[in-house]
Formats: sequence, C-alpha cells, structure tokens
Amino acid sequence: MGMDRRRFLKIAGLGTMMGFGGKAAFELLAPGAVEASLKDLPLTHAKKWGMVVDMRKMTHEILVACQEACHLPHNIPDWGDPRVEIKWNWSDTYEHTFPGMENAYMDEHFLEKDFFVLCNHCDNPPCCRVCPTKATWKREDGVVMMDLHRCIGCRFCMAACPFGARSFNWGDPRKAPPDLNPGFPTNPDYPTRSKGVVEKCNFCAERIAVGEYPYCVEAANQLKEGTLIFGDLDDPNSDVREALRSHYTIRRKAELGTGPNIYYIVS
Amino acid sequence: MYDGVKIIIGIIIFLVLLLFPAWYQVGKAAKVPDPKLAEKALKAEQCVEPKLFMKTQHMKLLDEWRDEVVRSADRYYQSSSGKTYYKSLQVTCMDCHSSKKEFCDQCHDYLGVVPYCWDCHIEPKENG
Repeated sequence: MGMDRRRFLKIAGLGTMMGFGGKAAFELLAPGAVEASLKDLPLTHAKKWGMVVDMRKMTHEILVACQEACHLPHNIPDWGDPRVEIKWNWSDTYEHTFPGMENAYMDEHFLEKDFFVLCNHCDNPPCCRVCPTKATWKREDGVVMMDLHRCIGCRFCMAACPFGARSFNWGDPRKAPPDLNPGFPTNPDYPTRSKGVVEKCNFCAERIAVGEYPYCVEAANQLKEGTLIFGDLDDPNSDVREALRSHYTIRRKAELGTGPNIYYIVS
Repeated sequence: MYDGVKIIIGIIIFLVLLLFPAWYQVGKAAKVPDPKLAEKALKAEQCVEPKLFMKTQHMKLLDEWRDEVVRSADRYYQSSSGKTYYKSLQVTCMDCHSSKKEFCDQCHDYLGVVPYCWDCHIEPKENG
C-alpha cells in the first residue's frame, strides 16, 4: 500500500478536524442548544448560494487540496480509471472550462493554468428538468440537490448537464481498489453511494445546514485566503456580492442559459 | 410384482427426497431474536420515542427522517419528550445502537427483512 508521509498527515489532519468539529460538536451542546445557536449563524439561511473562484490565487496545490478535502469526507472512491471516475470537484484547462472564449493571441499562462470546476448549481438546471423521478431538484436556497434514495441511474441528468458535473457509479464504491483508497470509507459519519446511482457536488449541504463552509472553500482558504468565496448571492452585503462588484467575472457557458452560480475572476 | 425391488427402492428415494426439507430442519428452529442494547443505549434509558413506538414504527420514523433531511433540509427532530435530536441514522441512531449485528440484524434476520439502508449508510465498526 503506497501512502507517503504527506498524504498520511493530510488524512490524519482531516480526520481530527472532523472529529472535533462534526460529531463531537453535537455531543457537547445540550439538546436544543444546537437548534438555538443555528439561528445566529450567518451561513445557515440563504436564498441563493453561490461561489466566486479567484483564479489569480488558485494554484495546483490548492486544487489538489480542494479535491482531497471534498473527496475524503464524502467517501468518494478513486477507481484509478478515468472512464469510471467519480468527481465532485476537479480541474480542467481553460479551453475546456470556457469553450469558445479562447482567442488566438491570448496570454499563454491562461492556456497552461488548471481551472477549478464543480457543479454550477444553475438557476435553471437542465439536469433537474430531465430527471424522471425528481431525484435531483433545485432547493429553495439554490443548491441543486440529489436524493440518492430516488435515483434510478438512468443518467439523463449526465446527458443534460453541459458541465460534466455528474458521475455515475459503475460499481459499488466499497469495492473500489483498496490500494487507491486507504481506509475507505474515510468518513464514518457520511454515507457512501451504491452501485448504479449518479452523484455530484451537493455544495456541502450537510455543512451549510450547520453553519460551516463547504470543504473545498475551507481547504482553499486555509492555503490562501480568498481563493474561494462562498455566500448568498441574493444578499447585497455578502462577500460574494462584494467580490462580484469589485471584479470583472465570467461564468462557464453562460450563453446556454442555465444560469450558473459559480463565478470566475480570471485577471 | 414385476421389478418389485426397483419400485420399492424408487419409492424410498422419492420419499427421502420429498421429506428432505422436513428432516433436514429438525431441531434447527430459528433462534428467537434477542436484540441487545449497547451500553450507551442502556444509559440513555429511552430512545427518541418510547420503546413500543420504536419497536413498531422505527421504519416509518426513519423513512420520514430521510425525506425531511434530504428533501426539506429539516435536520432536527423534536421528540415527544421535548428533546431535540439530529436526524441521522449513522450519526444519531448508530451512536447509541453501536452494534448492528446484536441489535438491528437480530429481528431483521429472523423476519427475513433486508433493509437496503446499509448499501450506502455505514454501520459502526465492530470488534473482530
């Protein structure tokens, strides 16, 4: 089993973090106190969650950290094969991220840079429109959510999503190669998926419900503050709105009319 | 009687095969389920609702929790005792009922019920 020191430390750190912040937090608080304290948390309620990705600050190291911070606690297996890979956030080139926006003589560093991509939690999500069982739908707070209990694995949503944000479980995640997935399932407090369902980023619905930032946002900002800005797009005083006011931003394939809610500051 | 020996042997083989399920099971009556409460559950004295309700309605309660959490993001349960619980099979239920083998499986196996919760949800790690 190959695990270098760096990866071990990362997993150990993440495990401790979840131990303190997750389950323990509920046990420390008296019943009822949880409910009461939620009302004071600024993150818990929103009308439209959104994210701004500051690509000026984004580095390869941060991208890797974001993926690990998401994939380990969400029990996402590594199959070691791009044909069956499962990803909630990943990285891609400029021309794949913003097709049609590549110009002949543009700054070369854009073409070399890896862009942080995830589900865009669209205003008008085509994945939800095609789902025959309403297993995926748009929540009132803007999160495009999945109910895996209802998913029948028809993969219409994968065909409908123009961003490739959805992955299909070709096999039982618990049967993923153990040498690529040490200690899987890595988070005993979160379920895995079963064979034959589609999954994607859920904007860490389980975390924003208790007033925490999504894992990727937390991980990125630990390495460089302000790389990922998360907040309520409907609130004019939120951090995301401030970032959108003070910078020129672009969105992926906005011309398709799906209304993506992930914004990119590129320069 | 023509071929009497063959016929009698045939009848004996037929009867043995016919009665095989009956004598194979003799003395092997299925064990009466004996769900054991883990230490933490014993200390808590009461589950989220009274014992009788949990015994008969836990599947409905879990089904409601599932829909409310996933579809309405309603993550807290107000119990009839006035306490508030975080609705989660893995985090709340299995925290007290820490042994699936000695608790859940006891009755489920006896009744031949195979809930597919565990296809995705992770049961607590047990010794051995």
